[in-house]
Parts: sequence; structure tokens; C-alpha cells
Amino acid sequence: MNNITITSAQYCNDIDGNQSSIKATIDGSEMSVPLDPANRHYAEIMRQVDAGTLTIQEAE
Amino acid sequence: MSQARNFADLLASGTTITSDKLDDNAIHGNRNLIINGACTISQRGTSETGITSGGYKNAPDRFKFELSSLGTWTASQSTDAPDGFSNSYKLECTTADASPSADDFCFLQHFIEAQNLQHLKYGTSGAKNLTLSFWVKSNKTGTYGNYLYRQDALRIYSYSYTINTANTWEYKTINISGDTTGAIANDNGRGIRISFTIGTGSNRASGSVSNSWESYTNKAQEGLSNQVNLADTVGNTWQITGVQLEVGEATPFEHRSYGDELRRCQRYYYENPAFIGVGLGSSVIARATATHPTSMRASPSLTIAGSPEAFDGSGGLVVTGVSSNYSNTILFNADLSNTGSGSSGRAVCVVANLYTSSNKIKVDAEL
Repeated sequence: MNNITITSAQYCNDIDGNQSSIKATIDGSEMSVPLDPANRHYAEIMRQVDAGTLTIQEAE
Repeated sequence: MSQARNFADLLASGTTITSDKLDDNAIHGNRNLIINGACTISQRGTSETGITSGGYKNAPDRFKFELSSLGTWTASQSTDAPDGFSNSYKLECTTADASPSADDFCFLQHFIEAQNLQHLKYGTSGAKNLTLSFWVKSNKTGTYGNYLYRQDALRIYSYSYTINTANTWEYKTINISGDTTGAIANDNGRGIRISFTIGTGSNRASGSVSNSWESYTNKAQEGLSNQVNLADTVGNTWQITGVQLEVGEATPFEHRSYGDELRRCQRYYYENPAFIGVGLGSSVIARATATHPTSMRASPSLTIAGSPEAFDGSGGLVVTGVSSNYSNTILFNADLSNTGSGSSGRAVCVVANLYTSSNKIKVDAEL
């Protein structure tokens, strides 16, 4: 059971243009999520991506 | 004979004290596997109303409220507690749901980091027996069906307890046999989930509890069909404190100092890192860094709440977000953004709750 609601997700790039983190709206709050599989928010984002229920937008 | 008497006799005998003479039931420090079992730490706040979804709330740290379509709740750090305790985790129903749908649920849960459980020797013939003890109070008497769950091995242990007298603190102890099947991974993931049931729909309930470890194959194993539904009436309350999980038999609650418990909690969550950085100009006002108060469990998620400010000598700029998060388990490191523009190359001082406590930077590595 991992009752987390994610309504948006977008990659963020560092100043060199490399993906650094994900900006996501999670349970109604905007969060900056690191690219760490041990982070519960990142793990849930990737679970929902794998399930086809969430798409991570490319960085602006 | 008490463990204290045993220990006194051991000292008097002149015997050299070695670790093998102190068995699992000896009262020694650092035995409670639960963090913040006495509910003294509440970093996020002391009360949150109108709760309709799950998560870590403004209530005692390390306890996660899980909720799906079963009433509306207030969660709080209460000062109502049994003798010898100062606080409890309190839930109060503010919108009732007397007829839960099949998949509805409401739990209060606590996750123990897997690498802190290696001494249990689960998955071997030497698996250790455990005891879970806690103080609980509710206006609703009756049977409550709870469980422990091990994610690595997909194993569940369900049990029940009874609240006998309304609005009275009662002490419960649950003996849990060691599980010889399936190891707990030696990592920073979820080792054991301890789940207290507030109410469930029929799909998460069965006619009996196992009182033993078994394979988790069906969510009906999580609950009990005659479980009290605390969501059935507005004003229902349920409180818990003194939660202790330990190897061997139950011993008195291990009280820790506030500072000790706070530092343990901050491995999973803390607020308001104090840091300086350098201005990057444009809408990214600073690359800011600081050392976490303790090594965090994982790289943390960052949330800006309210209006923390950054000062670069030319004025205060409101931090509105995090444009990049480079934080790891040791360091907070992030680019902070606002809607205006800062000065490139200037030293920047960032403060969160200097003027208003609701201005926060939240650092979250919870399980």
C-alpha cells in the first residue's frame, strides 16, 4: 500500500543541461524529487510511469 | 525473579560479565525498534484538520496515516497520555462513514528501516521472537484487527487486541514469533510495517487473524471482519502512545531524551535547513547548501511552504520553489527560485521560519 497521488511530473535540468531532479505535484504539494530509487516519491513516480498512469514531461 | 535481581546477582557473584550472559530478555538500552514511540516529536506541527487522504500529517513523527475514502479526520499530537507519558497520537473522526465501500481503509502505520532489523535473523532457524507493546485509548470498545508486514519477503502477521473500557488508557502486549522464512534485506528500505487498523471495507477483512507469519497473498489478510469501524460516528477518537517493538518479552517502555528522539526522526524528515549560498541571478536566486542534521535515509524530497526569504545584501527575495534538487544523504543542495531576479555572484543567506513559522523548507526522506 502506498497511497500517494501524483498529478504532474517534469524533469529539471542543471545548468549543464543534465537531468537533476523531478518537479512533481504530490498529494497537492509541489516537491522537488531527487533521482534516487530509495526516495519513496521517486519510487512511486517510476512505479506509476511503468504502470502507464503517469508521464514525466521533459525539462523546459 | 526480576531481570534487575538477576543482574544484581550476576554482579555480586564476581563473575566476569560477558555479552552471552545478557540474554534477549535482559533490560538494556536501545532495545525499542520504534522511533518516537512516545509521540514526543512532532516536527510538522501538532494538529491537522480535514484529512481525507493519507500521508505524514501534522502529528507525531514517523507515524503515517493511511486513508482511502473512509471519513474525514483530525490528526494531532495530544497531551492526553497515560501515566509516565507526555503525548499521544490522536485521531478524531469529523465526517462519518458508517458503511465503508469494500476497498476503503484507514490505518496508522510505522515503518522500520530494514538495516535496523538484521539482528532479528529473520529467514533463518534462529529468528528472534518479538513483543509489540503499546498504550491505546478510544471511546469505542471492541476488537481491532492489526498486522505487521514484511515487504522484502511478502509476509504478514495479523493479530487482534480488544479495547475493554471506553475512554480509558489500556496497555496491550502482542507476542510475535520469529519468522524463519524470508530474510529482511540489509538496506535502507522498508523492513517491517506495523499497521494499526482504524477501519476497513470488506475487501481488507477476513474472519480471523493468523497470529503467525504467513505468505501475503490477499489484502483480506490485513483486517478482521468484526473490526471496530471508528469512522462510523463523528467524534469517535482513537489514541496511541508508548509503542515499543523489542526482541524477547515485553519490558517497560524505553524513554529516550527529546534530543535523542529528535535526531532519530531527522534521519527521515526535518525542516528549515539553515544555509548560505551563492546568487545565480535571473529567476534562480541561489545555489544553497548545508549539512543535514544527521545522515538521512535516502536523498530527500524538498518542499517550499509559505514564503521563506533569501537575502543577498540588496534586499529580501521570496523563495518560491526548487528548480533543481542535488541533495544526497549527507547534504542539502539545491537551486532555489523565485519570480523576480537575484544578483549573480553575491553571497546569499536563506532563512525559512525567521519571521513566520509557516514559512518552511521541508526535507523528506521518509519510508
